[in-house]
Amino acid sequence: MIQHPAILALSIAALLTCCMLLYAAWYGTRILRSWDLHSGSELQLELERRTYLISVILSYTLLFQILSLFLYIFTADNLHNQFTGAMCAAGSLAVNGYGYPVLILKIVNCLLAGVWLIINHVDSRGFDYPLIRTKYGLLTILAPLILLEAGLQFAYFFNLKADVITSCCGSLFSTDKRSIAGEIAGLPSGPTQLAFFGLMALTFLIGVVFYGKGKGGGIFSFFSSLTFVVAAAALVSFICLYFYELPTHHCPFCILQKEYGYIGYALYVTLLGGAICGMGVGALMPFKSQPSLSLIIPAIQRRLTLLTLALYLLFTLIVVWRMFSTPFTLG
Amino acid sequence: MSAPLNRHSNILEFAISSLLRRKSKNLSLLVLYTLIVFVIASLIFFVQALKHEAASTLKDAPDMVVQRMIAGRHDLIPARYGEQIRAIRGVSAVSPRLWGYYYDQVFGANYTLLVPDPKQVEPGNILIGPGVARNQRVQAGDMLTLKTSRNAPLLLTVQGIYPSSSELLSSDLIVLSAEDFQEMFNLPPGQATDLAVTVANPRERVTVATKIAELFPDTRPILKSEILRTYDSLFEWRGGMMVVVLAVAVLSFIIFAWDKATGLSAEERKEIGILKSIGWETSDVLLLKFWEGIVISLTAFLVGVVLAYGHVFFFSAALFEHALKGWSVIYPQFKLVPVIDAYQLTVLFFLTVLPYTAATIIPAWLAATVPPDAAMRS
Amino acid sequence: MIELEHVTKTFNAGKHNQFTAVDDVSLTIAAGHLTILKGPSGSGKTSLMALIGCMARPSSGRIRLHGIQTSFFTGTENDSALDITSLPERFLTEIRRSTFGFIFQQFNLVKGISALENIMLPAYPTGESQAAFRRRALELMELFSVARHAASPVEWLSGGELQRVAIARALINKPAIIIADEPTAHLDSKLSLEFMEMVGELKAQGTTILIASHDPLVYDSPLADSVVGMRDGQITGITGTP
Repeated sequence: MIQHPAILALSIAALLTCCMLLYAAWYGTRILRSWDLHSGSELQLELERRTYLISVILSYTLLFQILSLFLYIFTADNLHNQFTGAMCAAGSLAVNGYGYPVLILKIVNCLLAGVWLIINHVDSRGFDYPLIRTKYGLLTILAPLILLEAGLQFAYFFNLKADVITSCCGSLFSTDKRSIAGEIAGLPSGPTQLAFFGLMALTFLIGVVFYGKGKGGGIFSFFSSLTFVVAAAALVSFICLYFYELPTHHCPFCILQKEYGYIGYALYVTLLGGAICGMGVGALMPFKSQPSLSLIIPAIQRRLTLLTLALYLLFTLIVVWRMFSTPFTLG
Repeated sequence: MSAPLNRHSNILEFAISSLLRRKSKNLSLLVLYTLIVFVIASLIFFVQALKHEAASTLKDAPDMVVQRMIAGRHDLIPARYGEQIRAIRGVSAVSPRLWGYYYDQVFGANYTLLVPDPKQVEPGNILIGPGVARNQRVQAGDMLTLKTSRNAPLLLTVQGIYPSSSELLSSDLIVLSAEDFQEMFNLPPGQATDLAVTVANPRERVTVATKIAELFPDTRPILKSEILRTYDSLFEWRGGMMVVVLAVAVLSFIIFAWDKATGLSAEERKEIGILKSIGWETSDVLLLKFWEGIVISLTAFLVGVVLAYGHVFFFSAALFEHALKGWSVIYPQFKLVPVIDAYQLTVLFFLTVLPYTAATIIPAWLAATVPPDAAMRS
Repeated sequence: MIELEHVTKTFNAGKHNQFTAVDDVSLTIAAGHLTILKGPSGSGKTSLMALIGCMARPSSGRIRLHGIQTSFFTGTENDSALDITSLPERFLTEIRRSTFGFIFQQFNLVKGISALENIMLPAYPTGESQAAFRRRALELMELFSVARHAASPVEWLSGGELQRVAIARALINKPAIIIADEPTAHLDSKLSLEFMEMVGELKAQGTTILIASHDPLVYDSPLADSVVGMRDGQITGITGTP
């Protein structure tokens, strides 16, 4: 194990998050079992008090999760000197079989935690805790995922051996490699550009319709999630090429470095944020008919839609700006 | 939309006034918190600065150094190896290097003697590093005596002393002419200490190194990247070691903080009861506690970081030097170049503010859930 | 208007120290009336007021409020009552904050801060700008003639001044209903009469007032529309129209 303050920091964060989530999930199951809003019994009052604690815990957890996602990537980047062949985070993460799964899990957990917080916010606005069961049901899915992520993260850092020869992002994301990364990088740029811009425009259109007329929330949510996946693939496939001004450099992590003005953070934060808000819209759809929420949900969905569109717009603008401001062009 | 903003600013104001009302309790917490941040920040900054120094000093180092090994030990290398290496595809330059160590019995110190390429001094003159100057108590213009391998004294004039800004590199260095070097060590002809090899394309370095090792099985090519890696991991290892030791201190601080947070005095409990009874909701009190925590954390973090910055970059980390630099008679006195970035601060944040926040969530919630009708009963 | 229907509040249910503070109370209190709850200590007056004032939830029974305005409910006097029995704390508190003002027996002012700040405290979480409620607080202090103590810490004030600050605090959010628990317990006759005068003025402005007291100066006051007697958590008798 490489002793490095950042690894300690990430491990501490993972440990804390696990403990907090286990605590929250434990009380969550109790609440699922014994919740009865109409009883004025002391158990019920106690459970209501507990839900405050759980909301606070999960708010902090989401914050820690987002920070640790970026810290994880940055640490992997920082460590690349230790491994022959690694030039950036891409190489460090490939040192053993855990690096990339941890990254994927971290992203998934960020999304889920974000959606949970949206549901929690809506639940607190309804005067009869209408979404309490959904909330804690979702928690029972989130908790094991976070535990899994922490475990895999420990395994990744524990199995980091300094003299392992790993691949650099140039070969990992090179178009002639037979791997998922390679295939994404190898997507033909023309159709990918079309898909990306097309989906963005479509999502926009549906979003505006939903914002104005209130119809098509589920479709909007679906398309915004699809756009998230396609945009991520597009990042690897052609967008980052414009930032590196190299037709072969497909690495999604190098744009987080200082040389590129840390633009990667702007891209990833807007993309993740937009995805969470879009998913939130969809998550709230089944509950529109609840009496206590019939007025609240549409208002919140509109706000979320606006946020999604704004964030995706920002993302697209950064991409377009870069595409037009650099002399580099793809054939 | 300013209603949420108003709520936050009002409650923040009350949070600050509430912290100021309990000065003694909060001051002790703040002092300890700042201390922890200070110590860990000093560590992180110091290690980072050392790594940075190592990297920048190695920037001008040759891509690869080829040394000859006999019976597993470093020996002199024939200069003709260099001609054959030069012929390898990808190698752009090879130059033989002359350097060695000299142990001065009188002053009990090890110096590094180096012949630079291109030539910098005439025979009879030397340039010395600040550590040597201090050790021998000489200035520019003075003379210095070294003992050759044939036990004869060699008088050399100190032409100049390297500035202290380069101490980390030059502290124990003596730069001399090839003739004087030969006089000192009496090397057999056609031999050098090692060969500096420059490879044009970075990706080919490993390939070239492999070829050299095949061509001359009695040599050992050392890549610059390997040296960097070794320094990196050495510094990080030592830094990490200290952080683990400090983990105990951090843990004690966390327990202390948790204790302070749960130990609500009767006065505080009454105050929260009053707040609940006049219309503050649990989430309002939680917000109050959140702001209190932020004010304390931010203050401790900022003050700790500033103090650590001063400690490391103005006082050269006086508290840590011995544990982290290793020991020797010649001790570079150097001012580290300030190197701080968002990454380090984030790591620091994770190691200090995060555990504190996690430890105070439950006590804050316990405080916030005092029932509102408690105030009516007292 | 406040409606209580078979309201019961039990503490420590099921345990050996189970205690019923309010036992099957049904009561209707009209808007704009001054109602006095009279009874010895332990009779359940305080618990009943806590229930009415949205500070606690009944173990069983229903409580309805008519004519309240909050961000999530708007109603007029004679229809659309809001059933607050099962409301989550967040909503109860919002109602309490905007509809009720409390005056406690011990005044319950926060020590260490000024009188003005004490008066402003209930308004902090409402999201109103500080300039707005600060102005209101100063006006209230003027009204009760304690304006010169605005910046003084509460420890410096006399009993009568504390009482007036406590009333001002109860009024900061312009409540429709005032609840006072033994307000004259620590006051001499002169101050008690002054208090009842201020109550009269509030009543004239249309505020509903509920006072729990075993002080004859209060329950024998001509201002009272009704006196509700309580003992052992139950209503023993009602005089006048509550």
